[in-house]
Amino acid sequence: MVSFAGYAMPIQYEGIIAEHLWTRSSAGLFDVSHMGQILLSLGQAPLLETLLPGDIIGLGEGVLRYSLLLNDQGGIRDDMMVTRRANDLYLVVNGAVTAADMAVMREAGLAVDYREDWALLALQGPQAVAVLESMVPGVAALRFMRSAGFNWSGHQLWVSRSGYTGEDGFEISVPAAAAEALAEALLADARVKPIGLGARDSLRLEAGLPLYGHDLDETTTPIQAGLAYAISKRRKAEGGYPAAEALMAELLDGPVQRRVGLAVEGKLPAREGATVFAGALPVGTVTSGGFAPSLQAPIAMAYVAAAHAADGSALEIEVRGRRLAAKVVPMPFKAKNYVREGGI
Amino acid sequence: MTTYFTKEHEWLRVEGDIATVGITDYAQAQLGDVVFADVPEAGRTVSKGGEAAVVESVKAASDVYSPASGEVVEANAALADEPALVNTDPQGAGWFFKLKLSDVSELDGLMDETAYTAFLATL
Repeated sequence: MVSFAGYAMPIQYEGIIAEHLWTRSSAGLFDVSHMGQILLSLGQAPLLETLLPGDIIGLGEGVLRYSLLLNDQGGIRDDMMVTRRANDLYLVVNGAVTAADMAVMREAGLAVDYREDWALLALQGPQAVAVLESMVPGVAALRFMRSAGFNWSGHQLWVSRSGYTGEDGFEISVPAAAAEALAEALLADARVKPIGLGARDSLRLEAGLPLYGHDLDETTTPIQAGLAYAISKRRKAEGGYPAAEALMAELLDGPVQRRVGLAVEGKLPAREGATVFAGALPVGTVTSGGFAPSLQAPIAMAYVAAAHAADGSALEIEVRGRRLAAKVVPMPFKAKNYVREGGI
Repeated sequence: MTTYFTKEHEWLRVEGDIATVGITDYAQAQLGDVVFADVPEAGRTVSKGGEAAVVESVKAASDVYSPASGEVVEANAALADEPALVNTDPQGAGWFFKLKLSDVSELDGLMDETAYTAFLATL
């Protein structure tokens, strides 16, 4: 167990590799209650749009949008999910920066309702839909990035078809008082095992999903991070979010550095902080790296100078005085298995 | 043949002036799945308490300190292909390196198995 954002969190249960592979083949249950759950009244959507580049006003009911809280330089204060519900906006933000996010929102004049009394469970993996449908009928009809309210054993749930593993699955907001009972009920299904933070990290890394505080921070912009899609079409045209002009210029001119995926040769993992070289020239830094259990090989995310960021670029990573050959590869490293609207 | 243990959770199995070094079952359980073991090459000199090896688990890289001084005479080549031996057989096939001890008296302060088991109970 480790302490994170004021919560005691499990690193692993039976072992990171076993938990990782179980999630990819069956269903894993994650307690992610450290994530901040925040409500804003629907009428505050225009004001929220002054802090982030997503189209919030135009969101359909029950639709989730990935967005980024930006600072005045276009750096990323946090990444989050924003859901438009019937009567409010439901935000899920990173635990370590929840308080800072709320301070920024309040300073902008938003009335923020922090739902510390809600827990958040994630059920992820190819069996997640069958497991949850058997307990909460109707959830199977949701598609990726869609959500709705459900009832389980007399408790109100807010269920989103989303997650942080690259697999199909759900994130379930539940009153804290009912969270343990829901977790026990899910774990009673033989297809479900509890998964710790360690496998959560290796799963999201394989899925190419950035981790705030590591792959994203106040010095990286959405353009550098490869998250320009989080700037919605209407917002690109209209602006009105922090550093809008600078970010549009960066999008047009191309960023000086880009977040890339690196496939590392051999078995030795390259970790966060390792320097990336093109020949003798340092051209970047690893921001996340480790061993990918599904690929049985080390992989990494790094920020690399734009000239060396194209797919196929041959680079080296220095680990303990040794140079590891690495190649820029498209992310995700492991294909995602989402169940999309209108998809197959 | 005597086996010694350190508070840093390494073990040494001593035969004459040759010590086989590895990490304990407790240590491997703490580390989790080992995916790479960076062991010192034969001929390298290591000193007691100095960095000798690095073990990489899925989650982190951890230093392994040499429990005694001497010259490395053999590295466990099997770990290159099967680093998980550190997890499955930490006090057997998952050994790290063999050391020709330069000062056998350095072993005096180390624990035997009974003392190490008692030490684990205090953690």
